[in-house]
Amino acid sequence: MSAATQPIGVKPTTAGTPWRERAEEALIPPFVALLVALICGDLLILSYGQSPAAVYRLLLEGTWGNAYGFGQVLYKATTLAFTGLAVSFGLRAGLFNIGGESQLAAGGFAAALTGLVLPAATPLALALPLCMLAAGLAGGVVGSVPAYLKTRFGAHEVIVTIMLNFIVLALLNWFIAGHLHVPETLHTPEIQAGVLPRLSDIDSRFHGSAANLALVVAVVVAVAVWFYLFRGRGGYELRAVGLQPDAAEYGGISVGRVWMRALTFSGVIAGIGGINYVLGYKHYYEDGFASGAGFLGIAVALVGRNHPFGVLLAAFFFATLSQGGLAIHAFVPKQMMDVLQGVVIIAVAMSVPEVTRILRSARRRSDA
Amino acid sequence: MNPISFLTQMIRIAIPYLFAASGGVVAERSGIVSLTLEGFMLSGAFAAVLGTNYSGSPWVGVLCGMVGGLIFALIHAVATIRYRADQVVVGVAINLLAIGVTRFFLKLFFASSSNSPRITGFGGNINAAGFDNPLLWMGIVVAPLVAFVVYKTPFGLRVRAAGEHPDAAESVGVSVKRVRYAAVAISGILAALGGVYLALDQHQFTDQMTAGRGFIAISAVIFGRWDPIRAALACLLFAAAETLQIQLQGSHAIPSQFIEMIPYALTIIALAGVVGRAVPPAALGRAQG
Repeated sequence: MSAATQPIGVKPTTAGTPWRERAEEALIPPFVALLVALICGDLLILSYGQSPAAVYRLLLEGTWGNAYGFGQVLYKATTLAFTGLAVSFGLRAGLFNIGGESQLAAGGFAAALTGLVLPAATPLALALPLCMLAAGLAGGVVGSVPAYLKTRFGAHEVIVTIMLNFIVLALLNWFIAGHLHVPETLHTPEIQAGVLPRLSDIDSRFHGSAANLALVVAVVVAVAVWFYLFRGRGGYELRAVGLQPDAAEYGGISVGRVWMRALTFSGVIAGIGGINYVLGYKHYYEDGFASGAGFLGIAVALVGRNHPFGVLLAAFFFATLSQGGLAIHAFVPKQMMDVLQGVVIIAVAMSVPEVTRILRSARRRSDA
Repeated sequence: MNPISFLTQMIRIAIPYLFAASGGVVAERSGIVSLTLEGFMLSGAFAAVLGTNYSGSPWVGVLCGMVGGLIFALIHAVATIRYRADQVVVGVAINLLAIGVTRFFLKLFFASSSNSPRITGFGGNINAAGFDNPLLWMGIVVAPLVAFVVYKTPFGLRVRAAGEHPDAAESVGVSVKRVRYAAVAISGILAALGGVYLALDQHQFTDQMTAGRGFIAISAVIFGRWDPIRAALACLLFAAAETLQIQLQGSHAIPSQFIEMIPYALTIIALAGVVGRAVPPAALGRAQG
């Protein structure tokens, strides 16, 4: 019998330390995926007639090896951390939010509007919370639509969030192209308030990289998510619904309300992510800035094994891949990293059920 | 507005949707989520251009395109059926992978990050308005053909059983896994043909040239309530809206962005059940055995 069809409530084994088992089940799949990705990377590099060792060295030097590259990794990791946290928050309740793309864009748009409306003299201590509030609200509104349709009509959130991506992005495109853009561009004017300091303002070695204070916000949000999920009643209910909705309902938890909360807040988290680009980097909203980051958030949540701190690490990993592509581009096309992203996701998705099954059957054997 | 030119343009726009949606119906009726259509189309388009470019024959391109879609379909099938990976996650990954692989090979084979060189296609007679393309006629008959297979053949019965009552199917000796492998393979080949049509019609491959058409096809599948004929009608409806948008361009009657939203909005409305609820196959998305 496979792990997934195990009778509920029957633990596969009682021996051993549970945290070790959990750690094994959580950590082995990403490492398997990393191995598979390295092998695929070797093949791609060889197909281009280059030496894998040399290219990988170049990749490390261009990302973690110098302050600018590292700053760029941190910048890219920040957005991915937000979308990854958003996806993992929904998944903890058993819901798949594929709307990160449009929630992030809506959040960035709202942050830019707020930054434009506020007077230029607004102190950051006031402007940042206001911009974040607007961004979170916008993302939350987008997230609440699939939440409502799921709770009220049972419409599957995967399809609704995908469809809503297209609708919201078209709507934002209409706003920008038709009403708010600087002539000859597809972006808003520059914001006056809410500009975030960059890391290079604190340490000049980061000069030129886009890493900014939003990174700190991302870490704070990750800690807040962890606290909510594992230390509060709300998070307990959310996880209970994610594991066994029927049992949770029987236990007195309103599944619909939890679904509502999970998807809406998932949207809020993704929406706040918009500040990284808008307040921290370009200081305006540009059409298409969120492109790809929402979908990669799914990869980040998956590789981070749905744990807030795992998500931070995974965001850092995928950001390294992305920045690493630029570092090796002179030798192997950076498009290689697009391939490896896909490989990593499929490898993790395949090895999660398989590793769990193998580990559990091995434990059963050692018990007997 | 000339009704004949409207109709021909609508059909040409609908062909990629018709192929992909027909493939999507087969896979989803067997219980496998079809978020992968976009990736299958893209890989089919690229493989077709590769084959046509090196052989000089669009028919070789068609064959290569089908193989390209089949390869990605088999990756999806092995991951979700053999390894029981989450179908939504792998579906998203297949799309990302298809974008990555086609970009990488575009660079490797054609030394470009945006497009392939120009290739030969079918037809080309100006007066035929694209109707001298055999793929176009295949696209027109594909939905009735899939309807026949799904409703009138033993294989179709097994596909439907695998999607609705997999355990019952197993109990009478049907291998649900094998049926699903076949269904995903068919969906890969059909969706790829949609991409092949697109690439041969435009005489080249461009980065991300499918531009969300796979998702419109999924919309058509859902809006058509997982029925091949109704899904095909949905494809025609969406294509008509697009044609209208193109023909109205410049008049600014309705912003184009609002026409773009139509398929997606209709899908959400269908799922919410405002006008007759769209109910997916019972075992959709669930691994078997």
